[in-house]
Amino acid sequence: MNVFKLLSLAWRALLRNKIRTSLTMLGIIIGVGAVITMVSIGEGSKQSIRSQLSTMGSNMITIQPFNNTPQGGGARLGPGDLQTLKEKDAVAILNQCSFITNVSPAVSTRGQAINASLNWPTSMQGVTPAYLEIRVWKLQSGIVFTDEDVSSVAKVCLLGQTVADNIFSNGENPVGKVIRFNKIPIKVIGVLEKKGVNTFGQDQDDIILAPYTTVQKRIMAITYIQTIYAAATDENTSDTASKEIIAILRANHQLKLGEENDFRVRTQAELISTMSSTSQLLTVLLTAIAAISLLVGGIGIMNIMYVSVTERTKEIGLRMAIGARGVDILLQFLTEAILISITGAVIGVILGVSAAQLVTVFLSWPTLVTQSSIILSFLVCSVTGVFFGYYPALKASKLDPIEALRYE
Amino acid sequence: MASKILEIDDLKREFVMGSETVRALKGVSFTVEAGEFVTIMGSSGSGKTTLLNILGCLDKPTDGKYLLDAVDVKSLSRNELAKLRNRKIGFVFQSYNLLARTSALENVELPLLYNNDVPAKERREKAVHSLQEVGLADRIDYMPNQLSGGQQQRVAIARALISEPVMILADEATGNLDTRTSYEIMVLLQKLNKEGKTIVFVTHEPDIATFSSRTVTLKDGRVIKDVKNDNIRSAKEALDALPVEKDDTQKTAA
Repeated sequence: MNVFKLLSLAWRALLRNKIRTSLTMLGIIIGVGAVITMVSIGEGSKQSIRSQLSTMGSNMITIQPFNNTPQGGGARLGPGDLQTLKEKDAVAILNQCSFITNVSPAVSTRGQAINASLNWPTSMQGVTPAYLEIRVWKLQSGIVFTDEDVSSVAKVCLLGQTVADNIFSNGENPVGKVIRFNKIPIKVIGVLEKKGVNTFGQDQDDIILAPYTTVQKRIMAITYIQTIYAAATDENTSDTASKEIIAILRANHQLKLGEENDFRVRTQAELISTMSSTSQLLTVLLTAIAAISLLVGGIGIMNIMYVSVTERTKEIGLRMAIGARGVDILLQFLTEAILISITGAVIGVILGVSAAQLVTVFLSWPTLVTQSSIILSFLVCSVTGVFFGYYPALKASKLDPIEALRYE
Repeated sequence: MASKILEIDDLKREFVMGSETVRALKGVSFTVEAGEFVTIMGSSGSGKTTLLNILGCLDKPTDGKYLLDAVDVKSLSRNELAKLRNRKIGFVFQSYNLLARTSALENVELPLLYNNDVPAKERREKAVHSLQEVGLADRIDYMPNQLSGGQQQRVAIARALISEPVMILADEATGNLDTRTSYEIMVLLQKLNKEGKTIVFVTHEPDIATFSSRTVTLKDGRVIKDVKNDNIRSAKEALDALPVEKDDTQKTAA
């Protein structure tokens, strides 16, 4: 019996009992459909978290002062008030660290931005031009301030979209205008591209960027820096880079062995892995549920195949009498089981992909149908067909033709 | 002298039922030569069915020799027996044993599905030819439930003919049919026999035996009578002699 003969034989047998065949298939269809849909929902959310995080610059490393030991009376200071990070730390990181491409010191303060009669409470972040590269942030109009502006403490700034919208009335071009921030006049030389809301619901466009020296000296009147942003060459080197940074800063701060770091280094990769591990768990759970429904579908196949073997005992007897060997009968029933599960898998994949689309359209959940989930479903289904079809088929092949022929 | 199709010698078959041993066949010997039309008669319990199973290579004798077309059946494995059944024997059963919801043509094709030497195209041609042989050329695509009992048995005979077996083995092939249809089947079998087919027909109806060329009678597991029929009754004449009933609309297609 060649494969083609077997397939056509099995198809005809299945078509002889359309309702039963389709009901049996339904178990597999639902199982596969569930696997595809669930996995695509899980993958979709993982993907969307990943892409949101990478808008923040996925190779970004954040260094902040940190002090775990209580100061004097027991009150701890927040990182913004600790004064351990200095400009020279930023310079040292850029010069000594091999995987770092950009470094920007940063200070930040809140205040009132005023233009004519419009005002808006926002925060001003003092950075260097490198910051825009670290964050992968472009300008919508105007120009970026330069390193010259940083060293000359120039009173220039870039507006985030939200700030621009709130202190400039419609259609007015902010570039070239002078606004006031906490009563200090400062010239707008550019408007930042819209970056949207981040994963935590923060409006990333509600910000004014200015040279950090300007914010330090003219607005906050401080000499230390609050944060250092650094960019590793890519996501994968950020771990190594952060280790290097720790070593450099410890040397710079003259920390002795055993002394705790007075700073903290965070990579986005950590954040990404934390967030993805949450959705990874979701994927695993959903997959487990789907796998169980596949198992139930498989048991359905086994059940029906057993009934079918009993019901077709006479047919089996006849086939044996006219020359079918045990292995022919075995292959015939096995092929039927596999056909049910593979056909079910095909329909299930189609349904699952459509269901994923519907979820995106009607619930606006992000979904992502992965090739691997489709391939996996097919493999699992074939194995299900073989596994659950084998025993009924074996039973059929072991029948005694004399008794099978006389079976009523 | 014609070649021997069947050669059985001192055939014994015993069944162990619990602590008892049932001896169904207690030493049966006879030979069937090519072109013979043999009926095997016997009441129930005579060992007729056991003999049929052995002749059909569905069962193996406990003791004794059985040669089918010069092949010693006793030494064959299960798979080899299946192949032997496929190539050398055409079965015709009392209850037709056609596959439901399967066209006459596909039913007839069935034995050749298990014969890899025959390609699909040839299989189809042979099936059509086989159906023509039994007079059902116009019923090729009919399902068994659309056919009368007699027609279904003809399909079964066509199925038995398709692999050109050395012997047609019929088991009470007319048992489910009325007299007229039975005679029609016998007309067909006599025609096939005349064309050279060897037929072994197991029955308990003495009436049927009169159409054959030889009758072997079994009783209690032994052959008690083995007579050549010098005066073979023509099934065609017997059929014509039957009173025609007014509501009998069945056609004689043979």
